[in-house]
Amino acid sequence: MAVYALKRILLAVPTLLAVLTLIFIIVRVVPGDPATAALGDYASKEAVEALRQRMGLDKPLYVQYVDFLSGLLRGDLGRSLISSQPVIDQIRFALPHTIELAVAAILIGLVLGIPVGIITAVRRNTMVDYVGRVLSLAGLSFPAFYLGILLLYFFSVRWRLFPTLGAGNFSDPLANLHHLALPAISLGLIETAYIGRMTRSVMINVLGDDYVRTARAKGLSNRVVLLRHAFRAALIPIVSLVGIFAISLIGSSVLTEIVFSRPGLGRLMVGAIRQRDYTTVQSIMVIYACFIVFINLITDLVYGLVDPRVRYE
Amino acid sequence: MAQAEATLPSVRYVSQRRRLWRTFTQNRAALVGLAMVAIIVFVAVAAPLLAPHDPLEQSVVNRLTPPSEGYPLGRDDYGRDILSRIIYGARAALLVGIVSVAFGGLLGTAMGTVAGFRGGRVETTIMRVVDVMLAFPDLITGLLVAAVLGGGMTNLILAIGLTIAPRFARVAHGPTLSLKNKDFVEAARALGARDGRLLLVHIVPNVAGELLVLASLWTASAIRLEASLSFIGLGVQPPTPSWGQMIRDGTIHLTDVPLFSLAPGIALLLTVLAFNLLGDGLRDALDPKAQA
Repeated sequence: MAVYALKRILLAVPTLLAVLTLIFIIVRVVPGDPATAALGDYASKEAVEALRQRMGLDKPLYVQYVDFLSGLLRGDLGRSLISSQPVIDQIRFALPHTIELAVAAILIGLVLGIPVGIITAVRRNTMVDYVGRVLSLAGLSFPAFYLGILLLYFFSVRWRLFPTLGAGNFSDPLANLHHLALPAISLGLIETAYIGRMTRSVMINVLGDDYVRTARAKGLSNRVVLLRHAFRAALIPIVSLVGIFAISLIGSSVLTEIVFSRPGLGRLMVGAIRQRDYTTVQSIMVIYACFIVFINLITDLVYGLVDPRVRYE
Repeated sequence: MAQAEATLPSVRYVSQRRRLWRTFTQNRAALVGLAMVAIIVFVAVAAPLLAPHDPLEQSVVNRLTPPSEGYPLGRDDYGRDILSRIIYGARAALLVGIVSVAFGGLLGTAMGTVAGFRGGRVETTIMRVVDVMLAFPDLITGLLVAAVLGGGMTNLILAIGLTIAPRFARVAHGPTLSLKNKDFVEAARALGARDGRLLLVHIVPNVAGELLVLASLWTASAIRLEASLSFIGLGVQPPTPSWGQMIRDGTIHLTDVPLFSLAPGIALLLTVLAFNLLGDGLRDALDPKAQA
């Protein structure tokens, strides 16, 4: 397992480098240049030139690229074009809120989605299955931000059960949880739809396999057959797909943070885009990239745990 | 051939297309999806006939009024009829959804098939870019591209199309690899067909089924992306009615005129659901094994 883990970690490095390079390129193909974009069309030539120098845009491209990467290695993400504060400070404040939201949503998705998937698979073509399928397709079609607004309207505006804005302080866990509930549920329910639907189709495949029939023939209880024989095998595809869902969750969290006015990476990024603060946008993209590579790595490692075969390939 | 038919009189030949249609129409959910898509397209096309008011007509004295006679869903912050704006919003949603998928689908299919067909360095380069782009969630890629290009309908379509393209490239790439070595492709090549013809006439049609399913499912996602980007303010620009933008403008008035935000959301939800149902049905019809 250790060798497999090390191999996976080493393989993540070139991927990360490729993604970072792409971010570097995209931010530099901004029509005009980032300095003009940041200052607006009416800025004086001198002001634009000064900003270009501060951003290092006057240097040759390869120097900029090396500066960018070596900055990252030192944990230096540059300064915001708007506030001149180090971007890393803003990110350090926002990141825990986004992680908290994403983790809570995935947990809700797993805790609700997997049982729903197993039950609808076992009760295939019954009323339970039918209702489950309709709900999960509706869940897939729900834009996360709209579900958030619906929850906000009913639970906060009409019934006043939850706060409408912001995030709680980490030093007060109860208030924090209270603020987290609605955003996490709105993302978590959509995750539930994805995970439930996928678990169902994987389980249906597995339940048709010979070894499940053998297990039943041995006289094992339904529970043991389902959980130990079928579900264990179904876990393999489930793990890799949950990784993919976790990544797309990062995308939907952007809008959820905006709906609930929660601090977080997504809101930071949208704010930076509106203000044309390209260093901040670039830095947040870098953080997202690290996130994604990290989630893929974790997925690979868990994959190795549930399916011993992949470790030897 | 004739002899084989004579010995097997009970086997009736059913064309591929006929069989697909039959499987598709047996799927009730798919038919519901198809009907819903048809209705939404009708609403978008006939918007001027269906909308009770001009979606752009403002009336400052009547701003933010609740549902009333002639204004079943109330009026927005400029006194415009919310129902009429939702009806016209179907135009922006479908236009962006369909055109961006057409653009992204064509670009992605071209990338995937050319990569698979050519192999070598072309393949490595294209597929490496595709992999890196696929690493990001669609919304983040869309957000970044829209930020770089700027707002507006055309840029929005470009941004969503570019987000979608690598997904088509991935799906088109695999089958191309196995198709290019098939005998019928070799035969066509031996007859002197050029690469372009081999790709367009012999390879792409064989991937078309999967791409059609993908197109339907991605139209759903493209419409969701359009709404999401318009919700952030990077999409369709005012005063053109767009559901995402209406949902955003309405959020501030959730306490006094909740339908301002909630009603366009329902239109959005139903539209996305319609294309998802259609895509699911198409997939089941094209791949009976996947039918659960």
